[in-house]
Amino acid sequence: MAEAVHVMAWSSTLLIFLPLLAALLVYLVPGRRLGGWICIGVAASLFAPLVLLARELLAHGPLVFAFGGHDAPIGIELAADGLALAMLWLTNVIMLAVHAYTNSWIERDPDFRAVEFRTLVLLMWSGLNGLFLSADLFNLYVMLEIVTLTAVPLVVLSRGGTALRAAMRYLIFALTGSILYLLGVALVYADTGLLAISLLDANTLTGPVAATALAAMTAGLAMKAALFPVHAWLPKAHAVAPSPASALLSALVAKAGAYLVIRLWLGPFAAFDALVLVQGLGAIGVIGILYGSLQALRQPKLKGVIAYSTVAQLGYFLLLLPLATLGAWQGVIYHGLTHGLAKTALFLAAGNLIRATGSDRLEDLGGADRFIGGTLMAIALAGVALAGLPPTGGFIGKWWLIEAALDAGQWWWVIGITAGGLLAAAYVFRVLWFAMHQPDAATPTPDRNRVSLAMVWIPVLLASAAIGLGFTGDLLAPWLAIGAPGFDAGDTP
Amino acid sequence: MTALYTALPLWVVLTSLVAALVIFALGEKRSRARVIVNLIATVLKVVLVSILLVGVYLGHDFGFRVQLLPGIDFVLHADALTILLSTLSALLWLITTIYAIGYLEDSPNRCRFFGFFSLCVAATMGVAAAGNLFTFFLFYELLTLATWPLVVHRGTTESLRSGALYLAYTLGGGALLLVGIIALQVVGGTTAFVAGGSLPPGSASAGVLSGIFLLLFIGMAVKAAVVPLHSWLPKAMVAPAPVSALLHAVAVVKAGAFGIVRLVQDVFGHDLTAFLGMHHVVAITAGITILYGSIRALGADDLKQRLAWSTVSQVSYIGLGIGIGGHLALVGGLVHLVHQGLMKITLFFCAGNLAETHEIKKVSQMDGAGRRMPWTMAAFTLGALGMIGLPPLAGFITKWYLATGGIETGQYWVVGVLIASTLLNAAYFLPILARAWMREPPAGAASGEALPTLLWPALIAALFAGGAGFLAGMPWSPLYWVEFISELYLR
Repeated sequence: MAEAVHVMAWSSTLLIFLPLLAALLVYLVPGRRLGGWICIGVAASLFAPLVLLARELLAHGPLVFAFGGHDAPIGIELAADGLALAMLWLTNVIMLAVHAYTNSWIERDPDFRAVEFRTLVLLMWSGLNGLFLSADLFNLYVMLEIVTLTAVPLVVLSRGGTALRAAMRYLIFALTGSILYLLGVALVYADTGLLAISLLDANTLTGPVAATALAAMTAGLAMKAALFPVHAWLPKAHAVAPSPASALLSALVAKAGAYLVIRLWLGPFAAFDALVLVQGLGAIGVIGILYGSLQALRQPKLKGVIAYSTVAQLGYFLLLLPLATLGAWQGVIYHGLTHGLAKTALFLAAGNLIRATGSDRLEDLGGADRFIGGTLMAIALAGVALAGLPPTGGFIGKWWLIEAALDAGQWWWVIGITAGGLLAAAYVFRVLWFAMHQPDAATPTPDRNRVSLAMVWIPVLLASAAIGLGFTGDLLAPWLAIGAPGFDAGDTP
Repeated sequence: MTALYTALPLWVVLTSLVAALVIFALGEKRSRARVIVNLIATVLKVVLVSILLVGVYLGHDFGFRVQLLPGIDFVLHADALTILLSTLSALLWLITTIYAIGYLEDSPNRCRFFGFFSLCVAATMGVAAAGNLFTFFLFYELLTLATWPLVVHRGTTESLRSGALYLAYTLGGGALLLVGIIALQVVGGTTAFVAGGSLPPGSASAGVLSGIFLLLFIGMAVKAAVVPLHSWLPKAMVAPAPVSALLHAVAVVKAGAFGIVRLVQDVFGHDLTAFLGMHHVVAITAGITILYGSIRALGADDLKQRLAWSTVSQVSYIGLGIGIGGHLALVGGLVHLVHQGLMKITLFFCAGNLAETHEIKKVSQMDGAGRRMPWTMAAFTLGALGMIGLPPLAGFITKWYLATGGIETGQYWVVGVLIASTLLNAAYFLPILARAWMREPPAGAASGEALPTLLWPALIAALFAGGAGFLAGMPWSPLYWVEFISELYLR
């Protein structure tokens, strides 16, 4: 066990501080190319602590570690379980892909603010890793702020009035969310005098103060995660940001908020599992799924479709609250992983389209497969995974969720999940529908030279990974189970 | 060696899957390499399936199993029923590939076409070889995805509309199927295909089991084009002729019909199905579909549309046989899986030849077609007479077994349906034959046969369709094999 804590200490230190140091380095060291290599280097080297962490988790179950050797309540605790591990891995893979893609993009676009982009993304990376590892309500707030304050400027990198307005809207929502979350933290502290999640006892956190705290925190996080009905900022901001930034915002940043909602409701606030509350939140999730999908069906531009799809897909996370079982937990994590990979692939592919044709209007997609077949293939593969058609990661996630719902006798969620899958298929195939059209005279001819081979292959690989997840459910299940509701640490050897 | 041999169902599926990936990788321009890959894969598949056929007949066990989720396995196996569908599709894939190479010569997007074409066959093989409903579903949905680009291949607004309708129906049906499968897994703990049924008795109340059965049945019935879930099929005939041929003969509708067979015989078992009263649902919807499809075929002037309505009608013979139950009806239903495939592919090839060579697309344009294209029309005639059920052609064998099966189980209404259907079949096929052979060609109409790559596949398919009827009593005929299957079920 001592060795496990040791690994946890080293791993988390590297995961949080290596991107932070690299951010400083990239900002100070001149040269666009060198900066790119630094980013790739960080992503590559972080796989080492991730592998070690995965090994220790499998051997010992959920890990907790007091940073700097000071135990809670004085020190700050970090913790890791299956959910955190999955998010850390997802973050690293997506960061690697986005940086590799951006490096190629930057070579062909001298106006792109490479240094600013990389610095912000590295800082965000540090914040995300910290957020997934933190087990302290205030520390989580700090990490959440780092992520927010690096995410908003990424939208502005697109320049222009639209981008500024979208970013402003995002900022207002995100800061309101921060204030609400902080209010909740303060209430919990006033009530119990504690901030470390491990010390907060679900049995004592039951009074009206705790209820108010939970309500404020959930509302705040929902605003950051763009959960329906406080999603209004997301479609604009994600559609207008530069495509690599959109990928990060949709695949990781929005998910961080949803992640914390799950953490709170299944962790220190687990006593608030009254039927009406969790069923209500689940229902909000389903409404979000349906609303986001219907909006995605009406968008004239590809990035609009993808952005509204994020609003829809985030709704699935809320289904974990009424279905707090191992199956649902695994299903939601799996869904999150698939969504992250597929969404990144979609935004990067959309970036290719915009660079090649100057437009991501669906009407201009006719005959696109003759010029940019690889990019279109990435869109098709990622879309199929997103819609949860077999054999993809989305399918496995959906299978687990439906099975959990039927097992729990809550068959009504099955309708929502199934309808969500069908609507996702509808908006995905609507995009392909346009692409299958014979091109007419008005269709712009793509300029393939503006898109490098790497820029085509990265989304294809990401989409293939989202499909490949369909074959690894059994392989990954032991990790996903770690820390699930009803998980007993004694289960592991 | 033995592990390689027992995993034969996997190799059968992989043959066309790998061919699809290679074809995609080759790209649009390398057309000769594409043709070679296509031919190697199709021939290899016929060889592998032949080995499988002999192995199953000798009683060898074939299987490939890998755990995909905790408690849920991806299983490929080969039983006698697997052979029925996989032999048919391996054979017809070979013929159709040759036809398609000729049909699409010099048209754009051939890489996409042949890639998805191979993928579609891989999915059909998976449907045939699936060892449980979970695996079945994976391939069943893959089939939907792989056929969509084929249906919309031309990229016209009409074909895209049909494609959207096709997806709406099949994905909707697939969603119901998925829910049914998971419910079955939760209730019974297994979705395996076992002759006589795998569902443990008393695993849930009759109401729940009936509900699950209906979900699964509707999911299958969409692809089998059972009325009222059939609308996509006549629309989907906008696809290129080889696609229609494969769609109507082996791939999509057969996957649905095959699923109904698996559902009744191997998941619920015919006894439990009958106990729940669900066999009536299967038989009666099939009966209605048979009559409705035939009536609609009467009114269709577009040749391919008439053939499509005929498919709606004919595929439900399979469901009818399964629903009636009993040895004779089961034989009649199962053997039609092959018979309908052989006859319908012949008819669609001929329709494609007429359209490609002389722009004949409507029944009203077929005056004198027999003189303009004698060989094509001879093949067409053989297929049409078989469909009508002229003794001793394949359709007759089917109808004979179904009718006697109905009498055997005391369900006399079946005989009425079959007589009515035969009359309707004659009413929509005979006028075509009369026009083609009796009337003079329009003035100035050119004569001449289709290209050899189009004509030969049609003739070979017609030969098989004829042989299935004439030689039904011989060993290794479809009827012979189906008798073998039904003995296994009755044992």
